[in-house]
Amino acid sequence: MDKTINQKAWFLVLPVFLVVAFSAVLPLMTVVNYSMQDTFGNNQFFWNGVGWFKELLDPSTDLGGRFLASLGRNLFFSAVILAIEVPLGIVVALSMPREGWSVAACLVILALPLLIPWNVVGTIWQIFGRPDIGLLGYVLNHLGLNYNYVSNEVDAWVTVIVMDVWHWTSLVALLCYAGLKSIPDAYYQAAQIDGASRWAVFKAIQLPKMNRVLLIAVLLRFMDSFMIYTEPFVVTGGGPGNSTTFVSIELVKIALGQFDLGKAAALSLVYNLIILIVCWVFYTVMTNAGSERPVKQGAA
Amino acid sequence: MARIDLVDLAQSYSGNDAPLESFALKPVTMTWRQGGAYALLGPSGCGKTTLLNLISGIVTPSRGKILFDGQDITPLSTQKRNIAQVFQFPVIYDTMTVGQNLAFPLKNRGVAKAEVDARVRQIADLLDLTPYLNRKATRLTADAKQKISLGRGLVRSDVAAVLFDEPLTVIDPELKWQLRSKLKALHRELDLTMIYVTHDQTEALTFADTVVVMHDGRVVQSGTPAELFDKPAHTFVGYFIGSPGMNIVPAEVSGHEARIDGHVIGLHRNYGVLPAGKKIEIGVRPEFVDVAAPASGLLSATIERIDDLGRIQFARVRVGNTKLAARVPPGFSISGDTAGLIFNPANVHVYADSHLVEGGA
Repeated sequence: MDKTINQKAWFLVLPVFLVVAFSAVLPLMTVVNYSMQDTFGNNQFFWNGVGWFKELLDPSTDLGGRFLASLGRNLFFSAVILAIEVPLGIVVALSMPREGWSVAACLVILALPLLIPWNVVGTIWQIFGRPDIGLLGYVLNHLGLNYNYVSNEVDAWVTVIVMDVWHWTSLVALLCYAGLKSIPDAYYQAAQIDGASRWAVFKAIQLPKMNRVLLIAVLLRFMDSFMIYTEPFVVTGGGPGNSTTFVSIELVKIALGQFDLGKAAALSLVYNLIILIVCWVFYTVMTNAGSERPVKQGAA
Repeated sequence: MARIDLVDLAQSYSGNDAPLESFALKPVTMTWRQGGAYALLGPSGCGKTTLLNLISGIVTPSRGKILFDGQDITPLSTQKRNIAQVFQFPVIYDTMTVGQNLAFPLKNRGVAKAEVDARVRQIADLLDLTPYLNRKATRLTADAKQKISLGRGLVRSDVAAVLFDEPLTVIDPELKWQLRSKLKALHRELDLTMIYVTHDQTEALTFADTVVVMHDGRVVQSGTPAELFDKPAHTFVGYFIGSPGMNIVPAEVSGHEARIDGHVIGLHRNYGVLPAGKKIEIGVRPEFVDVAAPASGLLSATIERIDDLGRIQFARVRVGNTKLAARVPPGFSISGDTAGLIFNPANVHVYADSHLVEGGA
């Protein structure tokens, strides 16, 4: 069959091309442009080449030091919340009822934290943890624990982590629950017949069947926690000192606080690149997991 | 290894107070002897899987008891009963190799490693799985996976019975034959009680020495394949087993005679006077009714079509409003669309309200 060649078809692609250009390509190119320059205001720019990038990766400079420190804090934060939320989410999913009206009740309760806007979550915990009027802070101090997230670094970290666990464990639990629900009853019955203990059932059936949803859960939670901004900003403002200043908070400080557009642009490009690489690694792992072809059994 | 007794066993999924008619399994009392090969045969929804799950303990009975060697095990959990069960669809532990899959039921029961290895090797050998022992089980085809499921059911030597719940549904027809004869061989070799659930009569009749036919939550007959064929205890057994199924014709019966539409058919046995008010029918397999040229002494029928099964031909005929199947004797050629039917009196049975009536001499 002969293909109809009609160059006018390109015009049909044009609207999408324009939208993408204005919404993604042009802003990104602006950022790339800024990252090569320095400005002292008044819309005057000076060429700086890759200077900001060099500084960014050199811990002895102010910019590099701040970036690498916040990056370290961010990675530590992600690791901690993953280490808590994934096992906790699995446990919650395992202990959820499998049928009856209580399923709907559990799902609604679990979904509630996910529906609350980020800055509201921050505000809730900011007030909840205050030693003078917050329920949590007041009770802890009343019990003799000297808890104050404004002045104590450890308290600030604990607050931010507990807040994130409260906000996002549900997501992991719901994903795991979906994975668990997809396991046919026959598997549990067979395991009963085979005399498997509760732990063996978990290891041999439930965990392998949750594999894929867990990967998605880890990916989502890693990305989200790596990009976290609103909640810690509302609760601690990145303090005390710089102790809870994550990369995004540092970025906003540089870009909007100091109006160092060049530094901020370079930092956001590197930040973006890290996220892209992590996404790619996850994507590769996910698409390769279990994709190997089944081996055909030869004639018996 | 045990004899299994079911005593008044019944199951209702809508509570014990539900009317008996709604029970998935109506009270049944029967015995499965040690080392037997049984088939539970019946259409979908007749309660055969329920009965199986009751024996294995996946379902707790609403009423009645289950005894293993005289010991009441009704309250015991599945783990504590010595039962192996193979399900309709293959169940494979994804993270394990074929060998680990086979060893799983033994490991869970703390069997010594050397014994586990020996047993796994023996079963793998019987099922031709030896080359795959170290391979991940997820990568295999559906029938290889089902073989592993079978293997897990057979690997324990101490089980009271191995239960099969339509295990060959997912298998290709050609392999089905192979696996079925393999199961039969395993049964001889391992001396296990096997209970095999199926809705396929060929599967049941070739596998089992005793076939238990179920219908609507009831056990309607249990016997050897020959008994089920020659003397169905219930009209359901008659038409469910055999292809085509038994002809069931409303009739009036007294003494040595059955009357269909005023035509008299001689009977081999004496039925005396049957109780009034019951639905009386005669049942005769198509193999024992011959088509002949219409004659005055024969029941005349309208021929609707001929089914040629290759080795044998069956004529589908109509007598009044009743449809029958009858054998076309070799060499007989049909002319016209009417024929006479010759009944073989020894193989005509009488049913009152669907149940077989035993005749006298």
